Amino acid sequence: MSQAILLSGEAEIDFMIHGIIPVEIFGQKVWITTSHACILIVMGLMLVFAIAANRKIKHASERPDAFQNVIELIVEKLDGMVAGEMGKWAPKFVNYISTIFMFILLSNISGLLGLRPPTADYGTTFALALITFFMIRYNQIRHNSAKEIWTDLCSPLPPWLPIWMPINVISEIAVPISLSLRLFANVLSGTVIMALVYGLLNKFALIWPAALHVYFDLFSGGIQTYVFCMLTMTYVTQACGSEEG
Amino acid sequence: MDINGQDLIRACSAIGAGIAVISGIGTGIGQGNAAGYGASAVGRNPGARGQIMSTMLLGQAVAETTGLYGLVVALLLLFVHPLG
Repeated sequence: MSQAILLSGEAEIDFMIHGIIPVEIFGQKVWITTSHACILIVMGLMLVFAIAANRKIKHASERPDAFQNVIELIVEKLDGMVAGEMGKWAPKFVNYISTIFMFILLSNISGLLGLRPPTADYGTTFALALITFFMIRYNQIRHNSAKEIWTDLCSPLPPWLPIWMPINVISEIAVPISLSLRLFANVLSGTVIMALVYGLLNKFALIWPAALHVYFDLFSGGIQTYVFCMLTMTYVTQACGSEEG
Repeated sequence: MDINGQDLIRACSAIGAGIAVISGIGTGIGQGNAAGYGASAVGRNPGARGQIMSTMLLGQAVAETTGLYGLVVALLLLFVHPLG
């Protein structure tokens, strides 16, 4: 064995992102990758579901059938989750949180469809975390005066002594990085382990990897979706403040 | 068997990746602590199960971050070869 099997990156073990179509933008070669394709597939699934649900709810009946029940269950659960975490700010954010919840959940479990999960690409998760970051900053500026923000920045020490401020700034900047890396690393670890199982045991990986799929795709993906949305809600609620009506 | 510079770097990268995922120890201890206290809280107050569950999961997710940093470093060392 001239080279270690894991390091060789041969075709058997494949969990990397591949380029599909090269695009030339401002002299730079940019690739349309498998992540983009998988995101488009996930978005297509969500669109089909949304259009079907919209049609169903427009002709909603008193005695719901199975599909209407499922839609109402999803909306009720998401509403309850957001309302339990954000309190009086819930009506403003429930649409956004529900959207990213469904998108991340579908992305995470899209490994079951044979896709490479789009959330196992750092670009996707970092974009989501950046949206959260700007939501936090926007709501903080909107709901707090400049003096309150400054006091908050110097928080353990009095506001006229901003020695502690750089550390607080760093911890604010670390929020999107840790949010995105958490989601990314969890999904990526599942993807890598599944790729190793299928790549190294290709003759023996017959039915039992289904159990691994249940853990790595369904359980881990669901938990990480929940955690991402909960942390987003917690940060935004904190930024909004709770004292004013 | 000749070992040239690149082989040596890759071997050391593999060792470094192994050392990096030791950060999982701290994560495991932290998550276990959170789960244990969560279980005892549910035992004391079974009515607040949902609330305790979501708080515990949130804390565990935050505690998990350091372990995941180790994992990311290990994966980078193994598959991206940042050192050559």
